[in-house]
Amino acid sequence: MTDREKGYVVFTKEMKETHTILVPNMLPMHFKIIGKVMEKEGYKVELLETSGPQIAETGLKYVHNDTCYPAILVIGQFIDALQSGKYDPDKVALILFQTGGGCRASNYIHLLRKALEKAGLGHVPVISLSMTGLEKHPGFRLTLPVLQKMMYGVLYGDLLMSLVNQCKPYELEKGSAQKLAGRWTERLAREMSSGGCKYRRVLANYRRILDSFAAIPARKSEKVMVGVVGEIYVKYSPLGNNNLEQFLVDEGAEVVIPGLLDFCLYCVYNNMLDNKLYGLQKKTQLLYRAAYKFLLDKERDLIETVAAHGKFSPPTLFTHTVALVQGTISMGVKMGEGWLLTAEMLELADKGVSNIVCTQPFGCLPNHICGKGMMKPIKAQNPDINIVAIDYDAGATRVNQENRLKLMLANARQKLQETPVFPRQSAAQIIPKAV
Amino acid sequence: MKEQSRLSLGIDIGSTTAKVVVVEDRKIIFEKYQRHFSQVRQKTLELLKEAAAQVGDRTFTAAVSGSAGLGLAQNAGVPFVQEVFATAEVVKRLQPDASAVIELGGEDAKIIFFDGGIDERMNGSCAGGTGAFIDQMAMLLDVTADELDALSLQSTRLYPIASRCGVFAKTDVQPLLNQGAKHADVAASIYQAVVNQTIAGLAQGRRITGKVLFLGGPLYYCKGLRIRFQETLKLPDENAVFPEYGRFAVAMGAALYAESSGGVYTIEALTEKLENSAGTRSEANLLPPLFASEAEYEGFRARHAAAGVAAQELADYTGRAWLGIDCGSTTTKVVLLSEDKKLLYTYYSSNRGDPVEIVREQLEKIYRQCGDRVTICGSAVTGYGEELIKAAFGVDRGVVETIAHYTAAKYFCPQVDFILDIGGQDIKCFKIKNGAIDSIMLNEACSSGCGSFIETFARSMGCGVAEFAEKGLHSTAPVNLGSRCTVFMNSSVKQSQKDGATVEDISAGLSVSVVKNAIYKVIRAGSASELGEHVVVQGGTFYNDAVLRAFEMELGKDVIRPAIAGLMGAYGAALYAMDLRESKLISQKALQNFVHTAKAATCQGCTNHCRLTVNSFGGSKKFISGNQCQKGLGQAAAKELPNLYAWKRDTLGALESGAEVRGVIGLPLALGMYELLPLWHAFFTRLGFRVEVSGFSSRRIYEKGQFSIPSDTACYPAKIMHGHMELLLEKNVDAIFYPCLTYNVDEREGDNHYNCPVVAYYSELLHGNMDDLEQTYFLYPFLNINNKRELSKELFACLTPVFPDIGKKDVRKAVDYAFSAYEAHMLAVRKHGEQAVAWARRHGKRIMILAGRPYHIDPEIGHGIDKLASSLGFVVVSEDSVCHLADPVPVHVLNQWTYHARLYRAARYACEHPDVQLVQLVSFGCGVDAITTDEVRRILEDAGKLYTQIKIDEITNLGAVKIRLRSLIGALEEKGV
Repeated sequence: MTDREKGYVVFTKEMKETHTILVPNMLPMHFKIIGKVMEKEGYKVELLETSGPQIAETGLKYVHNDTCYPAILVIGQFIDALQSGKYDPDKVALILFQTGGGCRASNYIHLLRKALEKAGLGHVPVISLSMTGLEKHPGFRLTLPVLQKMMYGVLYGDLLMSLVNQCKPYELEKGSAQKLAGRWTERLAREMSSGGCKYRRVLANYRRILDSFAAIPARKSEKVMVGVVGEIYVKYSPLGNNNLEQFLVDEGAEVVIPGLLDFCLYCVYNNMLDNKLYGLQKKTQLLYRAAYKFLLDKERDLIETVAAHGKFSPPTLFTHTVALVQGTISMGVKMGEGWLLTAEMLELADKGVSNIVCTQPFGCLPNHICGKGMMKPIKAQNPDINIVAIDYDAGATRVNQENRLKLMLANARQKLQETPVFPRQSAAQIIPKAV
Repeated sequence: MKEQSRLSLGIDIGSTTAKVVVVEDRKIIFEKYQRHFSQVRQKTLELLKEAAAQVGDRTFTAAVSGSAGLGLAQNAGVPFVQEVFATAEVVKRLQPDASAVIELGGEDAKIIFFDGGIDERMNGSCAGGTGAFIDQMAMLLDVTADELDALSLQSTRLYPIASRCGVFAKTDVQPLLNQGAKHADVAASIYQAVVNQTIAGLAQGRRITGKVLFLGGPLYYCKGLRIRFQETLKLPDENAVFPEYGRFAVAMGAALYAESSGGVYTIEALTEKLENSAGTRSEANLLPPLFASEAEYEGFRARHAAAGVAAQELADYTGRAWLGIDCGSTTTKVVLLSEDKKLLYTYYSSNRGDPVEIVREQLEKIYRQCGDRVTICGSAVTGYGEELIKAAFGVDRGVVETIAHYTAAKYFCPQVDFILDIGGQDIKCFKIKNGAIDSIMLNEACSSGCGSFIETFARSMGCGVAEFAEKGLHSTAPVNLGSRCTVFMNSSVKQSQKDGATVEDISAGLSVSVVKNAIYKVIRAGSASELGEHVVVQGGTFYNDAVLRAFEMELGKDVIRPAIAGLMGAYGAALYAMDLRESKLISQKALQNFVHTAKAATCQGCTNHCRLTVNSFGGSKKFISGNQCQKGLGQAAAKELPNLYAWKRDTLGALESGAEVRGVIGLPLALGMYELLPLWHAFFTRLGFRVEVSGFSSRRIYEKGQFSIPSDTACYPAKIMHGHMELLLEKNVDAIFYPCLTYNVDEREGDNHYNCPVVAYYSELLHGNMDDLEQTYFLYPFLNINNKRELSKELFACLTPVFPDIGKKDVRKAVDYAFSAYEAHMLAVRKHGEQAVAWARRHGKRIMILAGRPYHIDPEIGHGIDKLASSLGFVVVSEDSVCHLADPVPVHVLNQWTYHARLYRAARYACEHPDVQLVQLVSFGCGVDAITTDEVRRILEDAGKLYTQIKIDEITNLGAVKIRLRSLIGALEEKGV
């Protein structure tokens, strides 16, 4: 079949040799390590690390402006890179993750192709990275062992991200945790590309990573804890959320962000639920169950290692997250972040993190239901919870977002501090001016 | 040490006003409230100076609050307290028995609940319904905010006005004014829109009851607004508290905060801190200047000066003349042309909310100047007010805007192949191919980058429009403001001002934004070459040289701007009338006795009860507007054309409720139920239930449920669901059924067969946010609708806990029965589609596929657009009634939603038949349609068909839709189709 019949430019075996695959940036540490796994398999990979307002501008130029913000950013970042002159457009391919779910994110790849067409770059191949095999690219195949290694990349990334967040607010020397994470990312990436990723090695690395972070000079004090949940791209990507993590840290908060592994587990779990709820996916059940068990075991090992080390707080086991969400929203809600979003808010509350930022692109369809739509029931179960929903968009301004975040933070501090920021109620009374 | 009196100062800088209070020993000794016109720092310093008279050189504690205060405090290093947080603290002290606070500010709206744990909420990023909105609306009515309030107190009725955001509301208000609605009623309706927005946007499932405190400037000043709030919330007087300190609550909170957490200053020290707080601008957000050099500017001016029009003094002319009137959304334009097409008379002015009066004045003036020398041989009118003006003054012809503009542009530049017109409210773009309009793009309701938008900003910075434009030309570093709606833009402008941008830079930046909005959002062009070779730009906005220049820069090519850019509609109308020889225009004598009164009425023609405005012009001359169909106009109803939307409504409405054996089941007629009602109805009646359907929607139903909507940016078809549930609760049904369907019916068309997330899971949201659903059984099982066995199993599991005597077999049988009913229904839909098409061909009528979703047939959601199309002579069919007549289309998107797969096939059907046109209905906030619209447009345009899109939300006025459909007809006629 020709490309035209298929409706897309195929990534051929030859291209594997000649083309550099550009990867959009969402989670720098995770993606850097995963990129190295791919390089080991013979692909040329480059992670895009560009930022700045021109990315959104380029996106708005080539993508329907009512499309969700992540699409505008991801596509804008690709085209901005292709137009920068840094790459030979005949020697570049792009890659995007495609879930095949009922939310419009599954269409990003098609929007990207349309945008490329519009920009006169229609010949650039776009690889769809999906579990359900929506498209076929002969030059791009991921074997089980490779996928397994990529999962190790996700695990490393999650651990590093969590440790940075736990150290940053307390470190004596500003930036030391971030710097350490950077060093680890390099080192782990190198290790991945030199082939050394036996699982035993991974477990040993966990312990070394934990030790090194524990050694960062820090002063523990009581800080406001703020959880961040939301649509996956704006939740993680500093480009998508106006550098939310940094803003919160600068405001003196400790940030808690559930990791990427939960999202992977969520994707696998939904396919098992499709079978349970509707009798679908019968043939692939064994595969999904095996994948689920694999991921869950790996998560359990990670949690146990962190717990055994004793200094840091471990992630929550997926099965516990699943248990928490029962009765609040059905797990049949599986588009976008679906029930996982609700579950993560409950998970944070369960951990005692009662301040939550729920991020979403403006007009995000699934988040109407599982984000904003679930806040009332979540509040009913956790009266102390302090959630703020923030919309991200090309036109939304920082002032508007920060003012709402400040309200959430003010309430959080009021609750945390022994001495109230306002004078005690009994001691202070303002008498309005007489009319 | 001697105990000193405690002095504390609170500064509250909101988006439009600055407030300062000084508190001494807990007594307020100074308070001041002032607009700051975005001059945040200067105004604050002025207020401090005034406070100095009370404070002297004593030290005091101080803190800043407010949305615009955030940046100021950061830059100056003065303690900041978030305004909602501060308000709550003040209220806890001054009104401990308050159960809720509603505070409206310049651009923010807030609600604080005190009962059962404090809960503070602010409006999201897309929300009008605040002080700035009221100001904007007052401007439309050409009154001050105070006058608006006074007017509202004399109202006798309320019109529905979309309340989601200012841009939408404007679309409703403008036509009301143009159609002659009473200003008092419009004023009160504007306030009601604010109330609705506050409730729908912020209450989010909590009822506002108990003692409610109303704070903030607008609620302090607008008595009419207070009345609307109190009535809507049904608050008795003792529970609606409008405290005297309402404007200062935030500032008082800041002063209170300062006592324990503020900085310590003297007036002098604080002044100095603020003076030195100018922010720094980041280079990243700057754009290149509009002109690199003075020479470039001169060249630009010279080039555009060439596109002039010959004129002649009316006083020196004798002979025949033709009149053109363009009664636009915000301005009225009048042109008189001589035999050799010279301009004899021109007029361009704001409507001031009463276009009839303006046209009357102008006609009087023209007649006076014409004397006996000049005879008006023909006249034509175009624009929003076309029909009103035509009826009022006996204008000979009405011409749809697009045709008027094209006529004018063609006269100017015969080879023109692209016209961009940016007016006060609209952006219109037409591509011309082979001498006919080939495609029309108009701005959607939510993209406001138009003339009135720049005007609003100019005024808010204390400039006239011309002066503002002039300033923009000389900016050295225009700010990059993005290209979004007004609400977003306001905050961008504020932010850049704080960063030190000048009025010049903002003016230039806004010009670039308007242009980008037009090119990328409305035209959706990727490059200049897509537009065409000969581009003519027009509309009043292009008088603004900064906009013109920005447009040329963005395109990278020169364009033609006629010197009469703002008059092109009227000019085109006059040209259009020039083949007339004798005019029926109102005579000079009759004009002296001209009277115009407008009266409100409710149409009794059908259950829709349209709210009409009856304009009388003395004698029996009348013009009625506000109607969705022709029925109530007292005219003999034209023979009704086949209309699949109407047929579907009749069919669904005729379903019998069934005998009550087991109980009563309520089905909300919204979202996916519009598609599956025949199925569920059959299922439940077969099982022995009486089925209560909530019925078609109305505005009233929406308002019934709006308090429990948690996400106000969801689409209208979803939000209206809350009202349907309330309605069913009132009917005391035993259970309400609306299942969650991740997968829709598999019609084997696309890559998958999903529902959109909102249709699929809205029940989860209803369950979580509507407390009253606990009064009944709300059944929302997750179902596999494509497998009868699975479905029966799932339904049985869902029903037995509530109705234990239902057997498995009963369910199984009912499911079989239900599917045959559903299939019969779908077959009937297709059969009626075919019949309608055949009928149209027999009678030589145009066919319109009104392509949307099943729920767009709802009279409230679809706003009767099908009836309008019908009255314009189209046979209306729905997408699902004809999609089977074409083969599946290869599409360049993931074709994974059942409803949307039908769209693509219906589009293909339109491509294959010259007498079929497709008009796509899109609900605001429908994320999926951002994908489908581009694809449907591509399918149609690849086949050389016109693509028309109508974006609908709560907007009830059909004025803009009518223009769109008539433009379509006009373009078809020109093409000879």
